[in-house]
Amino acid sequence: MDISESETRPQNAEPVLVEAENLTAGYPGRTVWREANFNIKKGEFVAIIGPNGAGKTTLFRLLLGLKRPMGGTIRLFGSEPKRGSPRIGYVPQHHVIDEESHIESMEIVRLALSGKRWGFSLFSNDDRKAALLALEGVGAAELAHHPMAELSGGELQRIFLAEALVSNPDLLLLDEPLSNLDMRRERDLLRLVNDVVRTRDVAALLIAHNINPLLPYLDKVIYIANGKVASGKPGEVLTSESLSALYEIPVEVLHDSRGNLAIVGIEGHHGDE
Amino acid sequence: MGFSLNLAADLQQMWQYQFMQHAFEAGTMIAIVAGIMGYFVVLRRSTFVAHAYSEIGFAGAAGGILIGIPPIYGMLLGSIFGGSSIALLSRRSTHRDVYIGIILAFALGLGLLFLSLYTGYATEAISILFGEILGIAWGDVVNTAAFSLIILGGIALLYRPLLFSSLDEEVAEAKGLPTLFIGVAFLLLVAVAVSIAIQVTGVLLIFSLMVTPAATAQHLAPRPSRAILVSVMIALAVTWVGLFVSFYSPYPASFFITCMAFVLYVLVRVFHHKIRGPGEQKG
Repeated sequence: MDISESETRPQNAEPVLVEAENLTAGYPGRTVWREANFNIKKGEFVAIIGPNGAGKTTLFRLLLGLKRPMGGTIRLFGSEPKRGSPRIGYVPQHHVIDEESHIESMEIVRLALSGKRWGFSLFSNDDRKAALLALEGVGAAELAHHPMAELSGGELQRIFLAEALVSNPDLLLLDEPLSNLDMRRERDLLRLVNDVVRTRDVAALLIAHNINPLLPYLDKVIYIANGKVASGKPGEVLTSESLSALYEIPVEVLHDSRGNLAIVGIEGHHGDE
Repeated sequence: MGFSLNLAADLQQMWQYQFMQHAFEAGTMIAIVAGIMGYFVVLRRSTFVAHAYSEIGFAGAAGGILIGIPPIYGMLLGSIFGGSSIALLSRRSTHRDVYIGIILAFALGLGLLFLSLYTGYATEAISILFGEILGIAWGDVVNTAAFSLIILGGIALLYRPLLFSSLDEEVAEAKGLPTLFIGVAFLLLVAVAVSIAIQVTGVLLIFSLMVTPAATAQHLAPRPSRAILVSVMIALAVTWVGLFVSFYSPYPASFFITCMAFVLYVLVRVFHHKIRGPGEQKG
């Protein structure tokens, strides 16, 4: 990945969806991370990695308008993030699926479209069609009438992805969708997210523990650890030099023969799991 | 009066009595309301809350008897007051069950005090605790109708946001739904529903109409609108049959209602996979 190639890439011309300037996040009395500067453009696939508790989900809460910055600014679609933006599709980390309820998958997708409307409706056909279309888009049309409680982890993630995509968002926020998936399902889901990003020109922010399975697809990485945030192309950010400079301690990025990398020196290993 | 094998004649005989007419009128409305509300109670895993409301309602009813107002108003006041305090205290708290338990125990203690202060009939206490649908007066029927309309109107208005925030609260909140308001509004409707359902099942057997039919229904229908319909049909069936059987037997209606709801639930759980068939298994 050399510099002349990246200059000619068309994504530089894409509109900026998210722009953070000296952004500081935290709670009264505790700063989680400070002075982050990054932007996210339309159609970019971005991984957010870092140790547990580093404040990855906090970034999502800022974008969703569920939380205000402690300092600096964050702009989303050109203005301050506000709760309830229809241009964001969100998949939270913990979905509680009731084992006892036999609600079919399509219902949650349909509600992501019409659940905000007050009043009763015995479901317009347009809603159902849109929900089916969203399920087809993630290769889950045949799961539409299956009870969610009977689906596997990978199948559920597809349903949640359809739920997030049904309102045709410009930005997808996926909070650890790969946890609880085995390697094959993990790869399948990443391919699917990548397809969605490329074909729909939607930007995706994906929180993960392990960056290695993501490396082939990523446009950008946001690395959050020890109260600091680094961002840029994976090959530029995740190097011993740039991380050591940012953290002012010796950080090593190790590569194995298959191209996997591991970051050593910041709260132990992560990346390699 | 005697039971014959001629169903039409039996029904005709039963409906000659005004108290049976009132029982069927109130019972039908309550079954519809309980079947609908029960679905959301089960979906939101709020069964303990519903139980607490009914016991707080008991304290209210006992207090009502003591100061001479109809038990249903006392119940309503009690469960709405307890309902809003539980809803606000326990928002998203992991100690929700603890808060509910504390308020519930306090309410039951109050109820006991009110009953012991009241020197009238102890049968009042029994009918609040276990239901006395055969004692429903015309005024109770009118009250039940009014409260049923309020509940049905409330649920019709809340339906989609309530369903969404029950199924996927985090996404609903991110999408800008007022999930706290929806939760509190729902619990207030539960409080009203419990207050009227107590007339049929009593405080202690409230689950037989508010939980069991809905829990059975959600195994039978994968779509919420249909599950609600099935839940209502089960609640109606057990109420009607329970009233009919109790008229011709010396045992209370709430016993038969509880029993049938339970047996139906067990049957559905046991034969559930056979009903749905192998074609619907996950591929």
